[in-house]
Amino acid sequence: MLVAFSLAGCSGLPVLDGGGAAGDRIAGHWRLHLWIALVVLIGVVVFLLDAMRRRATGAAGVLRPDAASERRLTVGVSVAVGLTAVALLVLLVASVATGRSLGILGAETPAVTIEITGRQWWWDVTYWDPVPAHQMRTANEIHIPVGQTVLVKLASPDVIHSFWVPALNGKQDLIPSRKNTIAIKADRAGTFAGQCAEYCGLQHAHMRLLIVAEPPEAFQAWLQAQRQPATPPASALAQRGHDVFVGGSCVLCHAIVGTEAAARTGPDLTHLASRAMLAAGTLPNTPGHLAGWIVDPQSVKPGTRMPANSLGADDLQALLAYLGGLR
Amino acid sequence: MSVPARALEIAHEPVDRESLARIWGQPPGLVGWLTSANHKSVSIRYMITAFGFFALGGVLAAIMRLQLAWPDMHVVGPDLYNQIFTMHGSTMMFLFAVPIMEAVGTYIVPLMIGTRNVAFPRMNNFGYWIFLIGGLMVWVAFVLNIGPDAGWFAYVPLAGPGYSPGKRVDIWAQLITFTEIAALVAAVEIIVTTFKLRCPGMALHRMPLFVWAMLVTAFMVIFAMPAIMVASTMLAMDRLVDTHFFNPAEGGDPLLWQHLFWFFGHPEVYIIFIPATGFVSTIVSTFARRPIFGYTAMVLSLVATGFLGFGLWVHHMFATGLPQLGASFFTAASMMIAIPSGIQVFCWLATLRSGRLVMRAPLLYCCGFIAIFVAGGLTGVMQASVPFDRQVHDTYFVVAHFHYVLIGGAVFPLLGAILYWLPKFSGRMPSERLGRWSFAVLFVGFNLTFFPMHLLGLGGMPRRVYTYLPETGWATGNLLASIGAAILAIGFVIFLVNVVRTLTRGAPAGDNPWGASTLEWATTSPPPPYNFAYIPTVDDHDALWSATDRPVVTGLRDDVREILVSDAIDATPDHRQHLDGGSIWPFLTAVGAGIGIITAIFTPWGVTIGAILCAITLTGWFWPRGEPSGEARTSA
Repeated sequence: MLVAFSLAGCSGLPVLDGGGAAGDRIAGHWRLHLWIALVVLIGVVVFLLDAMRRRATGAAGVLRPDAASERRLTVGVSVAVGLTAVALLVLLVASVATGRSLGILGAETPAVTIEITGRQWWWDVTYWDPVPAHQMRTANEIHIPVGQTVLVKLASPDVIHSFWVPALNGKQDLIPSRKNTIAIKADRAGTFAGQCAEYCGLQHAHMRLLIVAEPPEAFQAWLQAQRQPATPPASALAQRGHDVFVGGSCVLCHAIVGTEAAARTGPDLTHLASRAMLAAGTLPNTPGHLAGWIVDPQSVKPGTRMPANSLGADDLQALLAYLGGLR
Repeated sequence: MSVPARALEIAHEPVDRESLARIWGQPPGLVGWLTSANHKSVSIRYMITAFGFFALGGVLAAIMRLQLAWPDMHVVGPDLYNQIFTMHGSTMMFLFAVPIMEAVGTYIVPLMIGTRNVAFPRMNNFGYWIFLIGGLMVWVAFVLNIGPDAGWFAYVPLAGPGYSPGKRVDIWAQLITFTEIAALVAAVEIIVTTFKLRCPGMALHRMPLFVWAMLVTAFMVIFAMPAIMVASTMLAMDRLVDTHFFNPAEGGDPLLWQHLFWFFGHPEVYIIFIPATGFVSTIVSTFARRPIFGYTAMVLSLVATGFLGFGLWVHHMFATGLPQLGASFFTAASMMIAIPSGIQVFCWLATLRSGRLVMRAPLLYCCGFIAIFVAGGLTGVMQASVPFDRQVHDTYFVVAHFHYVLIGGAVFPLLGAILYWLPKFSGRMPSERLGRWSFAVLFVGFNLTFFPMHLLGLGGMPRRVYTYLPETGWATGNLLASIGAAILAIGFVIFLVNVVRTLTRGAPAGDNPWGASTLEWATTSPPPPYNFAYIPTVDDHDALWSATDRPVVTGLRDDVREILVSDAIDATPDHRQHLDGGSIWPFLTAVGAGIGIITAIFTPWGVTIGAILCAITLTGWFWPRGEPSGEARTSA
């Protein structure tokens, strides 16, 4: 048991092996806890085993403890309680200090501000910009520049969700009627998994998101690309797919900037093909999975708000060609 | 009035034990069941029912472990899984953990304090029926696929009318009402029994630690339960009559629910844990063959835990975005509660170290408890820290932590206590060999199930997910946990076999097979309906170890149900009191209340119907029936 705990101190668990200063500080703070806990646990268990080893000898009469041995025990227990209090005090101070340093990290002027709205069961993302035309909407995948503080503003229109990217920071709830924020900062490039951490109903399990941390230049390029309207259909097939999209029920929920589709109930699909995953981190974004998701989402993610779409094979292929071109 | 029992019998002044047994006993068969006013038979029924719910909750846990054993399993779908984890939590907390502690308490406390019954025997019976009706209601609903599915914590708005249509959450809210009533009834029962029915000499400072533990628990129930009652009633009203207590659009507040729920929910943990410490203190003292070390410190720790337990609730809400200063207060309080717990652990260790250990299965369970509980307590201290808690909150790390403190901290001592008192309950000795095997298997199974969950939590696995993707890397930990769960189940089966074997072919136990010190061992096993032919007296908290010829109380009538009422502090005898006998009215009242509460799931008229039915049945219950001793005088 102890070995496993010690191993945990150096393995690739996201909570302990962070991608940013905040996560690292929390992990460091926890290691202090872990060491103290190991000392206490080992001490107690060794003492207990030793006590259990000394069995009754001979008649099991009732022991009348003498005053001297009771005094020794009193001293022992008092020392143990005193040490416990000291250890707790140390941990309390360390905890508050860690909290303060996280607060200071979080108070840095953000380079990017992202508004995330948790919905049953996906993440609606808006990259905020003082120029309204530069604001950009996407879903379930956020890109952040390495080494820069990103302020995430959290809101929920339905139930309570919780935004959690274990490699970067602790979690923060999204509570209807409340405005919460959390600052995240990645110190290295990489893709980090996030997940809703507050039970939010039927598909709480499949409410994941991806955080892609990339160098600032790459991030800016990505942001520029995402701000553009959707790529127009490049082929006749894709054009037919576009017509299927805007002529069918898709537009009731989804938006594709640059087309008539402007509904905000479901994820924005303007640059769908640029995203790695589908359905809030449930499926890899491949044509096959996309087709399955469009035709029968309920078997992939039972209860999802996305209805089944019965499309003819030709229409489906056309739609896939169109959506596949939305880079 | 105090004379040694033996002298009395020699002086040919015996009480009429047959008459005592007749008036304190219950009629045979179903009538006896429905009308019983005997605390022991009600408690036994309570215990068996609670263990029945424990088994059901365990089956749900097994289904969950099966579903999570591997990524993308399809044993159950999300809808059923959500019902299952909600039912697992609600069953274990409301239908097993609290009731079982109270059931053991109402059995043992009157014996330990040397009296004939609980203070309100009819109310005791009423509490049982309310508990049973509530439990059956929610389980029938679950079987009908309308089981609650918003979690045992039922956070709004998810549990509100907008996001949980149908009747599932209403059923959960009314389960709370049932459990609430049953728990409060038992708490009042224990407090009054403890304060007013102690035998002469048992001043507060001579009360056995188990009685202290039950007393503190009962007070915690009285202060904690109203919070959840208010909350669940507000939730039911939001859902049934369109109030907006928790609806932010109309000025309500979803966080209000969390405050109210956890103001109950955190003390609830201690309501489960404190009785378990009472078991441990009792068992450790008996098998270390010495009085518990640090009696006064232990009592003060219990009381301190009782108070501090109410100051921690916000540590369940660190991720909701509270101001840092306020959160720090709750960090400090959460860490502080480790001190009284630590004192208790150190005192047990000191007792064990300085005693003459007789290694028996109940003691093994207590030693296992100490190891597991300390581990669980330490991960609890970790979570008191806001930054770390915001990482592991609502992950499997928390699941691991609270199973360490609830299974390790409460179920292990409970199983030890069952083995320990089984000779008293049944008059037969459990098998030591099976007892040790069950302990060993449970200990291994427990750690294999719950230890990997720490790592799953650190690996980012949130709670309450019905499945997970292969690329998350959680498969190995989950598989280990599921294998552990199977071993755990085998351990429980061995334990059950031991109990059944004890009841059918256990060796006769005798009055005091463990050579224990408390008064329940001063009577026969199982105790007669009247508990003691003569009310004992005590001059120490380890009464049976302090004197061989203890004086007893004489003068209580043996032809009517009479008890000795004593002073709350010093337990000096105050007066004799007639106690109510068996009656059908408590059962009828419970049925009436049950009809009202269940109807209130569907229509507000349920409140009216319930009130009318209760008015009728309570009138029957309290209808004056003349001098209680009237019928007995003739035979006297």
